[in-house]
Amino acid sequence: MHVPDGFLDAPTSVATGVAAAGAVAVALRQARQELDDRTAPMAGLTAAFVFAVQMVNFPVAAGTSGHLIGGALTAVLVGPWTAVLSMTVVLLVQAVLFADGGLTALGTNVTLLGLVAVVIGYGVVRALTAVLPRTRTSLLAASGIGAFLSVPVAALAFVGLFGLGGVADVPLGAVAGAMTGVHLLIGLGEAAITVAVLGAVLAVRPDLVHAAGHLRREAALARRPGLEPAGVTR
Amino acid sequence: MAAGPAGALSARYIAGSSPVHRLAPQAKLVAVLAFALVVVATPVHAPWAPAVYTADLLLVLGVAAVAGVAPGRLARGLVVEIPFVAFAVLLPFVARGPRVEVLGLSLSENGLATGGGILAKATIAVLAATVLAATTEPRELLHGLERLRLPQLLVQILMFMIRYADVVGGELQRMRVARESRGFRGRHLGALRVLGPAAGALFVRSYERGERVHLAMLSRGYDGRLPQGPRRAVPATQWPTALSLPASAAAVLGAGFLLG
Repeated sequence: MHVPDGFLDAPTSVATGVAAAGAVAVALRQARQELDDRTAPMAGLTAAFVFAVQMVNFPVAAGTSGHLIGGALTAVLVGPWTAVLSMTVVLLVQAVLFADGGLTALGTNVTLLGLVAVVIGYGVVRALTAVLPRTRTSLLAASGIGAFLSVPVAALAFVGLFGLGGVADVPLGAVAGAMTGVHLLIGLGEAAITVAVLGAVLAVRPDLVHAAGHLRREAALARRPGLEPAGVTR
Repeated sequence: MAAGPAGALSARYIAGSSPVHRLAPQAKLVAVLAFALVVVATPVHAPWAPAVYTADLLLVLGVAAVAGVAPGRLARGLVVEIPFVAFAVLLPFVARGPRVEVLGLSLSENGLATGGGILAKATIAVLAATVLAATTEPRELLHGLERLRLPQLLVQILMFMIRYADVVGGELQRMRVARESRGFRGRHLGALRVLGPAAGALFVRSYERGERVHLAMLSRGYDGRLPQGPRRAVPATQWPTALSLPASAAAVLGAGFLLG
């Protein structure tokens, strides 16, 4: 899913590179507000987590398999700015150490997978949780929808870039149709695994889910009858 | 899982002492990036483009031979290209413009040139990046990026990621062994009911480890910056040596423009 070298022309690559650099610069500043001095270790471990999870392939259909992209999931878990940083670092490592995604296309990949996927995924989750009842189920549903939409929207953004700076003269409508079709399917997988992962984290450590802040309540300490220490009289 | 016992990130590195291994990481990074830029700048519709691609390919293979990177390793590096090969192969069928008959198929001339160009450029660039990864340790690459003035916070995030990718990957591997020794076979969509919570548990463990690491670092005087060791001076000859790769590619491209 990473754009290799030579797919888009130079002006488009440079433009997306500038956009990505600007977004990362803002994210570097804003992530400090999400995590203050914990930014480096937490964003680094989140990146390691995304990297590890992307290595797990899950079966899709007819013998093919897919893996998580993780933009929406990461944004819901650690907050959008930290997610942008983590995704950027994952893409940088993949480009430099695995030749996955071209070095000259790094800006494009960060824009599509780090920025568009995170913004769409997190935006949808915030918009939906604002109108849905404040429950775990609606947060999971919103995250599923956000994750699902983030994939075809990123694919469409790629088609848009291809239309602006693609090196081939192809009917864009057909490309957009094919890309959207394939990525709607991939989006279903992304949504399923995002909901499964979030459900598991919410069950164990709901306080670790950034987007679940509105679900948090003050801990209620109730007196349980029959458990008073010895010697205490009412 | 592709990761071997040596770890996911260092799996691509082949220890060695070739001249390519000994180059400073920042010089190699700049050289590979500049080389990729030159390759990408080759116009796909020029009649001499295939000759330039061939020359670029020979240049990369030459560097790989000097570095002692085996052909098998290079071929495995190309696996990442597969999804885009499919896209490039489709181009001659869907692109507009004048069409030619090839083996009874009506193909677009434009699509053939661009599809071939995309494949050639991506392949050459992937080979160059594969040689870079095979001759440079992840930690060295990090130092290189730092010397190239990547923002300090980003360098630190990268450093934590590189240090912990193997730890988190190892955790994942142990969870997989535990699952499979209990009879788990992830062959259908129902596997998500198992893999999702496993990934969730992995996140919780990673995050908690991050918190412990941070506290341990604070108690040892971490103030948001990492102490850096003495910087290794780069011998003056290294930059010209490293940049000879993109310079040769640029010379070939220039020759194409002049003679073509």
